[in-house]
Amino acid sequence: MEITNYLGLAAILFAIGATTVLLRRNAIVVFMGVELMLNATNLAFVTFARMHGDVTGQVLAFFVMVVAAAEVVVGLAIIIMIFRARRSASVDDVNLLQS
Amino acid sequence: MTMQTLSLAPWLVATPLAGAVVLLLAGRRTNRWGHWLGVLASAATFVVGLVMLLDMLGTPAEERVVQQTVGTWIDAGPLHVDLGFQVDPLSMTFVMLVTFVGTLIHVYSVAYMDHDVDRRRFFAYLNLFVAAMLLLVLADSYLLLFVGWEGVGLASFLLIGFWDRKRENAVAGTKAFVMNRVGDMGLIVAMMLLLATFGSLDFATVLPAAGEAGSAVGEPTMTAIGLMLLLAACGKSAQLPLQAWLGDAMAGPTPVSALIHAATMVTAGVYLLVRSGPLLEAAPDAQLVVAIVGALTLLFGAVVGTAKDDIKKALAASTMSQIGYMMLAAGLGPVGYAFAIFHLLTHGFFKAGLFLGAGSVMHAMDDDVNMRRFGGLARLLPVTAITMGLGWLAILGVPPFSGFWSKDKIIEAAFVGEGWRPWVFGLAALLGAGITAYYMSRLFFMTFAGRRRWSPDPDQGDAGAVVRHPHEAPALMTWPMIVLAAGSVALGGLLAIGDRFVTWLEPVTGHVEHHEPVLPVWLLVTLTLLLVLAGAALAFRQFAVAPVPVEPPRSTALVRAARVDLHQDDVNEALVMRPGQYLTRALVYSDRAAVDAGWLGLAGGIGRLGTRLRRLQNGYVRSYAATMLGGLGVVALVVWLLAI
Repeated sequence: MEITNYLGLAAILFAIGATTVLLRRNAIVVFMGVELMLNATNLAFVTFARMHGDVTGQVLAFFVMVVAAAEVVVGLAIIIMIFRARRSASVDDVNLLQS
Repeated sequence: MTMQTLSLAPWLVATPLAGAVVLLLAGRRTNRWGHWLGVLASAATFVVGLVMLLDMLGTPAEERVVQQTVGTWIDAGPLHVDLGFQVDPLSMTFVMLVTFVGTLIHVYSVAYMDHDVDRRRFFAYLNLFVAAMLLLVLADSYLLLFVGWEGVGLASFLLIGFWDRKRENAVAGTKAFVMNRVGDMGLIVAMMLLLATFGSLDFATVLPAAGEAGSAVGEPTMTAIGLMLLLAACGKSAQLPLQAWLGDAMAGPTPVSALIHAATMVTAGVYLLVRSGPLLEAAPDAQLVVAIVGALTLLFGAVVGTAKDDIKKALAASTMSQIGYMMLAAGLGPVGYAFAIFHLLTHGFFKAGLFLGAGSVMHAMDDDVNMRRFGGLARLLPVTAITMGLGWLAILGVPPFSGFWSKDKIIEAAFVGEGWRPWVFGLAALLGAGITAYYMSRLFFMTFAGRRRWSPDPDQGDAGAVVRHPHEAPALMTWPMIVLAAGSVALGGLLAIGDRFVTWLEPVTGHVEHHEPVLPVWLLVTLTLLLVLAGAALAFRQFAVAPVPVEPPRSTALVRAARVDLHQDDVNEALVMRPGQYLTRALVYSDRAAVDAGWLGLAGGIGRLGTRLRRLQNGYVRSYAATMLGGLGVVALVVWLLAI
């Protein structure tokens, strides 16, 4: 199997994630889009590690997973707090810092 | 052997200055005795001056010009000025005049300002005035002279506008100050030219070198220096074209008028020109202009004096005219210097006497100054009438009073020379003497002779008058007047006999060979006396024999013009003030339209741009994320483009 296919898949996943972040209103779905982008990057890292026979990429993928896990914890907590305060999880309602 | 008391010179300035400082800084605490401190400071200065004068009289004539350097004042590259005092017969003459007349005016003011709550402040300013004037005449360089010059300007501003609760008084003070500034510019420019030409501002360096420098740097430079000095003198001495402030300066308390007109301020210009004599001699053109200005002003002042009904303004016009005589003499060259100073000295006495007399009359008439409301006061104010009468005879130039000896000499000197000059200047001086006799007699007769016009006249239905009870002034006011009257009588004769005063000034003005006027002296004296007699007789007929109307008659066009100072203010407004205002308005407009508009437009443009950019901050996370993604795309594109 061509190794570039993995990179193509990573690009498609990243594009789907980015589109989700840009287009969806629900904060949790936006969050899932972020996760998708992170995992697409992970896939690219691992692919490149395999291509170059270097484990640095794999190590970085672990780092990304750890950071993503921590981010999910904090992010979900914030979303829940916002939901409790405003009865909504729409990102468009959270534009109060603008002015 | 030089003068032993030379080291006293700084005290002449320091004593009245200390008086002013104490009175100003100690404030209300000195209200009770402050005026006496002022008198004491002035009198002490006079005593110091007298000691120095006696010492100088005991010194041989050739050693009478001495300098005392106190220390270095400014040392900046080519400009080196020492702080020092020049003591010579000329400065000692001024010291004696300023301190003696000044002290008398101080004493007079104690009574005159008795009811004024600010009397202490008044005396502080008087002391400041005396100190500044003494610094002016004792300075040994133009720069130090300039300090005194400005000090005199400041003190006159403070004193003319002393009663500044009334708007016109404050305006008069400002007017004097501003017009003096114009003259000061002349002195500043003159100092720059002197520094460029001679590399120094000391009298001792500049004046002896003037003759040679005149041929070295060329006459135009020297003429420029002379004209700039003249401009300075015109400002201080109220000569054409800077004469307009003097009449308005009458807004100040009367003792101030006496001080400004007799001892300080207006005499400073004459002093400057006589002191700078060698510079003017190196510039004959400038010298001629000085004489022309003097001749014009003496006629201008005399004509204005004939029409004024305000007793103080009539005296002010008279001062302008008399200073014109001095300027004329100063412009005649060495032949006139001594007489300019001599007339200044005698004028100082009789004009101070006349002003103090006018103050006494005002005191009696509840501060009314309108001579048409006076009349017949001789009985009620005998001391004032006699002292003013003696001053009147002195200013008329009736022998043997002071004015005769000095003014006659100026007329004589004006007739010396060749070509058209002696005739023009001489006849102007002669004519001036006649007009002087007329307006001074008018003043005297309107005040002291004729019908009493201050009380309501039932026959005339005279509603404008109020009931008054004129009374003689207290002794503190009459004694200074008596002393000054004695000076008006005797001083001229005492100093003129044997040419004493001229010989006394010779160390400064140089020895002058006697020149014969174009007309014989006896004829000139006779002509002068005839003109004076004619002027006085005309005034007697009009203002003592004939009744004086309380309302000024319409009169001729010349009299109407003279009543408004020959339209001097209109001329100033039309030639200087209006164009100046147009210029500033045009500048303000162009500043707004071009400079301000440009920068404001730039600021507005940036502001509008900011408003546009602010719309990008809409608070939607989505659009921020899109921006980031877009940025990422741009970076990727650039990297990709750079790679191929």
